[in-house]
Amino acid sequence: MADFSSYVVPAVMLCIVLFGFLRSVPVFDTFLTGAREGLESSVSILPTLVGLVMAVTMLNASGALDLLSSFFAPAAHLLGLPHQVIPLALIKPVSGSGSTAVLTQIYKNCGPDSFAGRVASVMAGSTETTFYAVAVYYGSVGIKKTRHTIPSAVAGDLTACIFSALTVHLFFGD
Amino acid sequence: MNILLNYIWAFLIFFSILCAAFTGRMPQLSQAVLSGTGSAVTLVIGMTGMMCAWTGLMKIADKGGITNILAKIFRPAVRFMFPHCDRDGPAVKAMCMNITANLLGLGNAATPLGIAAMKELKKCNPTDTADNNMAMFVIINASSIQIIPTYTATLRAQYGCITPFDILPAVWVTSAAALLVGVLSAKLLERKING
Repeated sequence: MADFSSYVVPAVMLCIVLFGFLRSVPVFDTFLTGAREGLESSVSILPTLVGLVMAVTMLNASGALDLLSSFFAPAAHLLGLPHQVIPLALIKPVSGSGSTAVLTQIYKNCGPDSFAGRVASVMAGSTETTFYAVAVYYGSVGIKKTRHTIPSAVAGDLTACIFSALTVHLFFGD
Repeated sequence: MNILLNYIWAFLIFFSILCAAFTGRMPQLSQAVLSGTGSAVTLVIGMTGMMCAWTGLMKIADKGGITNILAKIFRPAVRFMFPHCDRDGPAVKAMCMNITANLLGLGNAATPLGIAAMKELKKCNPTDTADNNMAMFVIINASSIQIIPTYTATLRAQYGCITPFDILPAVWVTSAAALLVGVLSAKLLERKING
């Protein structure tokens, strides 16, 4: 798997730079403009991240994270998930920075290449902040009755949770 | 949304302190306040380089007009998912642009494009009840369809992972399954739950 994946990023880079060149984009200048935007969003996310990483680190140090995880362990077992990833599954639909905070805690406790670490990575990479998206999009046009939106979106999220464990088994064989 | 986060954040703080009091882990807890805030800053600094490089590259693709090109490619699929929309109308165009931006991981561009698409859809629906098109569009946006989850991979690399992109195939299969379930369940439920 490592072999294939090490080609993806260089291939994408090659395509983008070549594409830009062929479309006569001033590639380096444009890169700098974009990178500056990345820097701005990195800086603007810092206060949120400090608040949430602090809270989740406290949760971990107090033993509350273990308590919470073992409370949800039966549900996790039912979905085939390692119990450490349950806090991530709970916070991801609500807050992106919150899930970053929980994810770093999972990496710290279990390692990024452990089974739990990989399942958490796949989950984080293939789910979205569902409730945030619903609130922003419907809020922008004054829709109050959302009908089947939430049930369908949650069904998708649950599928992602189950599949994150299945696919890690499948592709990493552990 | 921030109202909900207010409760969650307060709960995390109260629950942690309460738990530490009962388990006698107060020294570890107060240590965690220091280390947690510090590690958030280290994390952001560590990730900034990769984030800059990626947004920079994506800017090149964007300036070359990739969003327009890909949006044209996705148009048949979008027409299939939104059969009641004007085929070449502004709503379809805005939705194509939004979906393309999401695929490329251009989150900052995707949200305004998505709101523009919602406003176009709203023109045919003056009520406060979501119609099938709106629901389908929001469900697609609520499931992640990003091709390369750069943020997660960068985070993994920060914690010592040497091959942070090895999760790609698993992420693709998982995202596709989640999207499929979301879209199919929407098609199924939209007949049962009427506005």
